[in-house]
Amino acid sequence: MRYVEEFRDPVAAQDVLRAIKDVVTEIGATKEKPVHIMEICGGHTHAIFRYGLDRLTPDGIEFIHGPGCPVCVLPMSRIDECVEIAERSEVIFATFGDAMRVPGTRKSLMQAKADGADIRMVYSPLDALELARRNPERQVVFFGLGFETTTPSTALSIQQAAREKLGNFSVFCNHIRVPPPIKALLDDPYMMLDGFVGPGHVSMVIGTHPYDFIADDYCKPIVVAGFEPLDLLQSVLMVLRQIRDGRAEVENQYARVVPEHGNPISIAAIEDVYEPRPTFEWRGLGEIDASGLRIRHAYQAYDAEEKFSVGYGAGPRLVTEPEGCACGQVMTGRIKPLQCPQYGTGCTPEMPLGALMVSSEGACAAYYQYSAADDVLEAAE
Amino acid sequence: MNMTAPIKATRLRGERVTLAHGGGGKAMRDLIEEIFTDVFQPAGDEDQARLTSDALREAGAQLAFTTDSFVVSPPVFPGGDIGKIAVCGTVNDLAVGGAKPLWLSAAFIIEEGCEFDLLRQVVASMQAEADKAGVRIVTGDTKVVERGAADKVFVTTSGVGVIPADRHLAADQIRPGDVAIVNGVLGDHGATILAARGDMALNTDITSDCQSLNGLMEAVLAVAPNTRAARDATRGGVASCLNEMAAAAKVGIVIEETALPLRAEVKGVCEVLGLDPLYLANEGTLVMFVPEDEVDAALAAMRAMPEGCDATVIGRATSGPPARVIMKTLFGGQRLVDTLVGEQLPRIC
Amino acid sequence: MCLGIPGQIVEITDADRLMAMADVSGVRREVSVACVAPAALSDLVGEWALIHVGFAMSIIDADEAEKTLEALRGLGEAQETLEAMAQGDAALAESPVTEVMS
Repeated sequence: MRYVEEFRDPVAAQDVLRAIKDVVTEIGATKEKPVHIMEICGGHTHAIFRYGLDRLTPDGIEFIHGPGCPVCVLPMSRIDECVEIAERSEVIFATFGDAMRVPGTRKSLMQAKADGADIRMVYSPLDALELARRNPERQVVFFGLGFETTTPSTALSIQQAAREKLGNFSVFCNHIRVPPPIKALLDDPYMMLDGFVGPGHVSMVIGTHPYDFIADDYCKPIVVAGFEPLDLLQSVLMVLRQIRDGRAEVENQYARVVPEHGNPISIAAIEDVYEPRPTFEWRGLGEIDASGLRIRHAYQAYDAEEKFSVGYGAGPRLVTEPEGCACGQVMTGRIKPLQCPQYGTGCTPEMPLGALMVSSEGACAAYYQYSAADDVLEAAE
Repeated sequence: MNMTAPIKATRLRGERVTLAHGGGGKAMRDLIEEIFTDVFQPAGDEDQARLTSDALREAGAQLAFTTDSFVVSPPVFPGGDIGKIAVCGTVNDLAVGGAKPLWLSAAFIIEEGCEFDLLRQVVASMQAEADKAGVRIVTGDTKVVERGAADKVFVTTSGVGVIPADRHLAADQIRPGDVAIVNGVLGDHGATILAARGDMALNTDITSDCQSLNGLMEAVLAVAPNTRAARDATRGGVASCLNEMAAAAKVGIVIEETALPLRAEVKGVCEVLGLDPLYLANEGTLVMFVPEDEVDAALAAMRAMPEGCDATVIGRATSGPPARVIMKTLFGGQRLVDTLVGEQLPRIC
Repeated sequence: MCLGIPGQIVEITDADRLMAMADVSGVRREVSVACVAPAALSDLVGEWALIHVGFAMSIIDADEAEKTLEALRGLGEAQETLEAMAQGDAALAESPVTEVMS
């Protein structure tokens, strides 16, 4: 596969790994006193474990797995609202597969489907539009989920529905933005991060400038990275070199896909359809100002929250964190997944308690799936 | 053998099965005779098959008996249909245990409204595959259920075979150092079905790998008599198979990512939908453990046959952590290959 | 977050709705090219794009990809040079370590 295989070349990896090792030595980072690098994006977390990169990089680097998994950070109350909509008899509820197993306080979408709700897994919001065209007598609701990468796709779908006057299509909007939680993390007094690997696919939409505050105001390096293993290793090297040189810049390792100023058509579509909510709840992180998007008044006919009177418009909201869940601490890097008392006992991929165990991008699920016990891999080595 | 162009006029009215065809009367008899028994040609008129085989009389021979249900949707897909799978699946369950499959039963749950033509096709493929595998479909049953209570047609096959006296294939026979072989590319069936369902709107040219493997097993066992165990890597894919085998043998298993045979299109489907090919279903792919000194012979025997032409070594059993499957990634890293939780769902993140 | 994969645009399927066929390793799927549409839609055919949830989100820049790979190759060469230095060639005053990218 072009643009994939080249960036998975194990021989080239050895060179990058050697260079990483050299810089780690120059910095003087050790297992006891490591450099903390947060990969913001869950896709990067997944790739780190899938390729075993955490075990290839030297001990002096510690990866902190960031909040960049839109499924993981979705609060239980939002799943409850999905279920409420999906259980209406006139509704076909279309969703990405990722959301199916996320627990709500009552049930997951998977359980709602088993209980009789008409829930369809789709690959694209375009497929949900097609469902609406083919089922004019039903209400098709698409579960709009994801960061800035995914937001243009639902914005464009809503614009298309408006052009076609598809009155039976709406979106339950849960789109969230990357920069606000990063700022919240950087403002956390317990946070000890030395640099960031930035989200490549979010950045192809918004460009690299929205991260300027990380370098300018907080003096931390950030390198926007691609998702193949060589991309990640190279980005880690670039972060380390900034740390070594005392620089704090926004660098772009993923320039083949990420233009400096992002994608103007996508940005315009987001601006046209969505506006920031005053505040939005993140699982494990609480309410974060201006971190979520809602559908603008001009498109309210396509807003499932308006159409079915659920969600933020419907009255006071309860923050519903499952008891004993330490996702917040894991996400801010204070503890590792294995240090959570619920890990592997009260919280497993079969019966996830916390958000990070839900999606394969969640740090805990990735640990569980790929590296359940470090001693196992060490014994194998 | 196939049953196209019956000479006599059909007694079946219309084009679809109705509840009357399950009612026990003349309509049911017409359905069974015209669609099923005319093709399967069971001996005798009794409700049971009466069977005998010299192989069973051999001292120390064991009877092997297995059953499996097939509910694949859609029932017809590139490379096969539910009938072909229903025969291959049960033949393979017998074959991987070292049994020579002899007889099958076939039971059909038919949804009201199912087209006769679909049933004809399914039955013809079953008979064709049974002929190919050298087994006989000797007894069966049909039931008709209301629309919505099944998805067109479900098939259950049970199979009987004989394990010769000198054979003892079992996962607990696997020893550290034994080599893991697969007979061909992984995930074709799972990827084909995902594409054929249509709800992800993917187009590919891949076809299901469904095929009977009893001939291949016999060929391998003839030249690699100390083969330890084999498993049919169906639901849950090769990853689940390997985990079951590692657990049964209390050994570790290490596989090499670079050694996994995968078609470009299967990789494509996996990349697009965020799936792991190790967990995609197969219907004609087995994983086998062979002692080191018989590997070359086993590979040569497989590669001489169409169903094993892509046979290759994917890893080996180790004295490492027991019941764990570890993959050396193409990057030289390592990761755990765990048993799948539930079903693999397409993902965007 | 945000699974994306490079695919090649092979055909414009619906110019009005800005739809095209993308090929990912032999798997074809109709995608929207609304985010990457140039003035002449036919110019897209043959281009590689990053595909996410049925949308071509960014045209992949072949030159930038080559530059990234070049930088990676540079690391290997730098390493060889360093090894040569370590083997006693002290005459090399400055190591030509290629800066990766900015």
